[in-house]
Amino acid sequence: MEFKNHLTDTICAVATSPGTGAIAVIRISGEKAIEITNQLFFGKDLTKVNTHTVHFGTIRNNGRIVDEVLVTIFKHGKSYTGEDTVEISTHGSPYIQQQVINLLIENGVKLATPGEFTLRAFLNKKLDLSQAEAVADLISSKSESSHRLALQQMRGGYSNEIQSLRKELINFASLIELELDFSEEDVEFADRNQLKDLVVKLHKTLDNLISSFQLGNAIKTGVPVAIVGEPNVGKSTLLNALLNEERAIVSSIAGTTRDTIEDEFIIKGVNFRFIDTAGIRSTTDEIEIIGIQKSFEKISKATVVLLLVEATISENDFSSIVNQIEQKINTAHQKLIVVVNKVDKEDLNLIQSKFASFKEVIFISAKEKNNIDLLKTKLFECVQLGLVSENDVVVSNSRHFEALTKSNEALLKVLEGIDKGTTSDFLAMDIRQALFQLSLITGDISSDDILDNIFKNFCIGK
Amino acid sequence: MLNTYDVIVVGAGHAGCEAAAAAANLGSNTLLITMNMNAIAQMSCNPAMGGVAKGQIVREIDALGGYSGIVSDESAIQFKMLNRSKGPAMWSTRTQNDRMLFSHIWRIKLEKTKNLDFWQDMVTELIIQKNKCLGVKTQMGIEFYSKSVILTNGTFLNGKIHIGEQNFNGGRMGDKHSSGITEQLCSYGLESGRMKTGTPPRVDGRTLDYSKMEVQNGDETPSKFSFSNTKPLAKQKCCYITYTNEDVHEILKTGFEQSPMYSGRIQGLGPRYCPSIEDKIVRFSQRDRHQLFIEPEGWDTVEIYVNGFSTSLPKDVQYNAMRLIPGFENAKMFRPGYAIEYDFFQPTQLNNTLETKAIENLYFAGQINGTTGYEEAAGQGLMAGINAHQKNNEKIPFILKRDQAYIGVLIDDLITKGTTEPYRMFTSRAEYRILLRQDNADIRLTPLSYNIGLANDDMIKKVEEKELSVEKIISAFENISLNPEEVNGYLEEQNSSQIKQKVKAATVVTRPNISIQEIYKRSKKISETIEMFSTEIMESAEILMKYEGYIVREKEVADKMQRLENIKIYDNLDYKKLSSLSAEAVEKLTKIKPTTIGQASRISGISASDISVLIIHMGR
Repeated sequence: MEFKNHLTDTICAVATSPGTGAIAVIRISGEKAIEITNQLFFGKDLTKVNTHTVHFGTIRNNGRIVDEVLVTIFKHGKSYTGEDTVEISTHGSPYIQQQVINLLIENGVKLATPGEFTLRAFLNKKLDLSQAEAVADLISSKSESSHRLALQQMRGGYSNEIQSLRKELINFASLIELELDFSEEDVEFADRNQLKDLVVKLHKTLDNLISSFQLGNAIKTGVPVAIVGEPNVGKSTLLNALLNEERAIVSSIAGTTRDTIEDEFIIKGVNFRFIDTAGIRSTTDEIEIIGIQKSFEKISKATVVLLLVEATISENDFSSIVNQIEQKINTAHQKLIVVVNKVDKEDLNLIQSKFASFKEVIFISAKEKNNIDLLKTKLFECVQLGLVSENDVVVSNSRHFEALTKSNEALLKVLEGIDKGTTSDFLAMDIRQALFQLSLITGDISSDDILDNIFKNFCIGK
Repeated sequence: MLNTYDVIVVGAGHAGCEAAAAAANLGSNTLLITMNMNAIAQMSCNPAMGGVAKGQIVREIDALGGYSGIVSDESAIQFKMLNRSKGPAMWSTRTQNDRMLFSHIWRIKLEKTKNLDFWQDMVTELIIQKNKCLGVKTQMGIEFYSKSVILTNGTFLNGKIHIGEQNFNGGRMGDKHSSGITEQLCSYGLESGRMKTGTPPRVDGRTLDYSKMEVQNGDETPSKFSFSNTKPLAKQKCCYITYTNEDVHEILKTGFEQSPMYSGRIQGLGPRYCPSIEDKIVRFSQRDRHQLFIEPEGWDTVEIYVNGFSTSLPKDVQYNAMRLIPGFENAKMFRPGYAIEYDFFQPTQLNNTLETKAIENLYFAGQINGTTGYEEAAGQGLMAGINAHQKNNEKIPFILKRDQAYIGVLIDDLITKGTTEPYRMFTSRAEYRILLRQDNADIRLTPLSYNIGLANDDMIKKVEEKELSVEKIISAFENISLNPEEVNGYLEEQNSSQIKQKVKAATVVTRPNISIQEIYKRSKKISETIEMFSTEIMESAEILMKYEGYIVREKEVADKMQRLENIKIYDNLDYKKLSSLSAEAVEKLTKIKPTTIGQASRISGISASDISVLIIHMGR
């Protein structure tokens, strides 16, 4: 059961309300809160700072900056939970929050169960008994809604995939337990190669599910859309038109947008995360070159790429820039839409013949906000039709991601054990861990499930 | 005649005998009532003790001061350590036993036990006042009074025997059944159910042709169950293996219409892991043969137990089918196989001391709780006997935890989850099985038993000596280095890579296939530093060194769980008043009344948030 692993672990959760605010606070509580945060934080050594102090620095993933943050340290039980606690204030983007949470999980922190911070506060006598009933109500209502949410997130084939994974893992565990508890029986035991094949297969299935988390995450935290184009074609103006407010710095001086700016936008309930990029052109300006490199990086991360060109562009220049972009994208996972801007500055018939060869093309005027709705519809269709079909097996829940990852780690140990010739009672320890982690998604998997499976499939009994 | 006791034990099977011995040895004036003094500790089914998981239970009973291990050793005709090729937690002791000798030795052990009286009679009624059990009434009209009563009725409560279309009342072939108790208990709100089990035919060994069967010998160097100074077997008897075939199956099928199982005359729940031969044929129709173990019933008797051929088909069908088994062409039958149905009480109606929740001072142990197996019964009997004594003397309950003993797993499973078929122990039921090994049962349990006054001074002294010796061995191996020339020859023999420079002996012992005794013999310095201890002690030290990583890891998991085990739930908590609990949780918790948060978390259908709510109400 989920609860068993907790209470002694270090836990984390986003403490601010979900969605995009100016900032978000991620709270980490438990014995290793400071130690683990310190591994990700670049700035002061957090293990050596005083309690109740705030520190500026960056959170990095393999050296790459995820965000600039402020970190507040609470030591010696002087915190909400009564445990060592760290609060990381990040920028408000859900994407960043998710990245930081993922990093923490990778480093051994567990996602808090609903109400767990409050529960710990209570257990550490930070709340008085009169608050108990309220806390209990909170926990039960929160866990119910989070459970409902998790169920909703089991889209399409995901639930089936998990069920079949559960079944296969139980089958595997049965084969191992069979030769332990029923070694004297007249049944055929699986040989090591068979077992190895099974683990490898399970491992692959898990790997696929785990890597689908990125896509699932994209749906949850926003489908990334990159807007690219030459300088001063109106990328920032388009972004503002879509967002309907002045976010990016807009001026007519080419190259004004030197860093990427992200923002979010909801079309018919689907969250899009727009990435405005610095313009792409040949330049010698060092700062601008960095900006251009970043733009290309962003393209690789986007699910949809909007190539913005001016209506007045020559046919040669157009095909050259389309070529350049097409080299950077993978058409299997990414979609390219050409957006022709400033249509008010050119003859409409001429424009239409000029771009006739390219089929995904939309004519707009960002400044006049012409055809912006058409573009929105197009974006929505991309997600609806092409990129994510209803039947795709997608993991979109962090808790599931965590469980699948842990389950996979345990299976890797089983594989290692098989290679080393470890006896099956020790392999079984890791299999139990894999089953336990999966049970966090599927509900309890008990020894009875394994025994049932053995009795069903093998003729046991002297 | 004395008619007032501290503890009355009803039934003298494996559970009853251990219960009576434990209570009496702790100092309770105890009365053991059985219908037949000549059938004490009958092996009603196969003449064997132990096996995977069950062998560990016998070792635990022995470590706690029960008699099952000693009696098994003294009546053994063959010894085997099963699962030797697996890790040490899987090593399981098993003996074939002389059935009559087993019963005889038990009786003598009990007769020599202080504070223990016997009475041959049938208990027909309990004396109950205000939901407290005060004693028993017998068929002869005698009333015995006591502070507590332990029921170990086995298959006798409304027992009904089935052979083909015949059926008749009986507690075991040749013995009367007992009636009245179930009905009385149900009138106090206890719920009963029906279970079924079966047993194979017994045949005349003089009529079998063993040349057509495979021989199965015991271990070359037999070990034993008991930590005491019982002797390992000097000579052993062998068993045989033969197989059924399609002709056998065809004959058996002709009896299916008259089978009590398929006609619906038996409704009790049978064990899936111990199916009848007819069940195996139906459920695994693709198999053209099934293995049979041909087991002698003793040193001198010619009676043979046909293990694997449990059946309740008509006796002529049994006989005709059997004679088509290789080696059975001329077999004569002593008695046919049969099925037996009996009453049990869902064990979720018990506290963790095995006292019923509905009737104070009344304890259940063995098949009445829905279990099967001599070892499971004996383990429960021992615990019921201890706890009856503890309660009568206002001492704290004696509870074994899941990380301490298979007996702890057994009782916790029973009272927390109940059972839908005769419950048998498997190692996979224990989440901490790496800790619950047969080699350390004494170290795990003897000190606990000594603290309550059951294990005697000799036992605790032996354990202390063992721990000290193991420590000495480990310390020597950790401190003394091996020279390449001392051990490289041996390493090469074992396909283990040779050492190039001096290496600590403990490091070499952690390798697979490397034996501590062999290293001891080859290292001059080690053999000068410590003596060669007994195989058992050397093995214990070897296990601790070889599997240290796994053992430490399992301990950590167990300790983590301990935090939940230590949070007690107060008695008589009204779950209905905890509005934040789910309806399912309220129902289940009210019924099972867990004593700790850990136990509550093991009830199926109890969610993590239910547990959080409980913890909060316990105010930590």
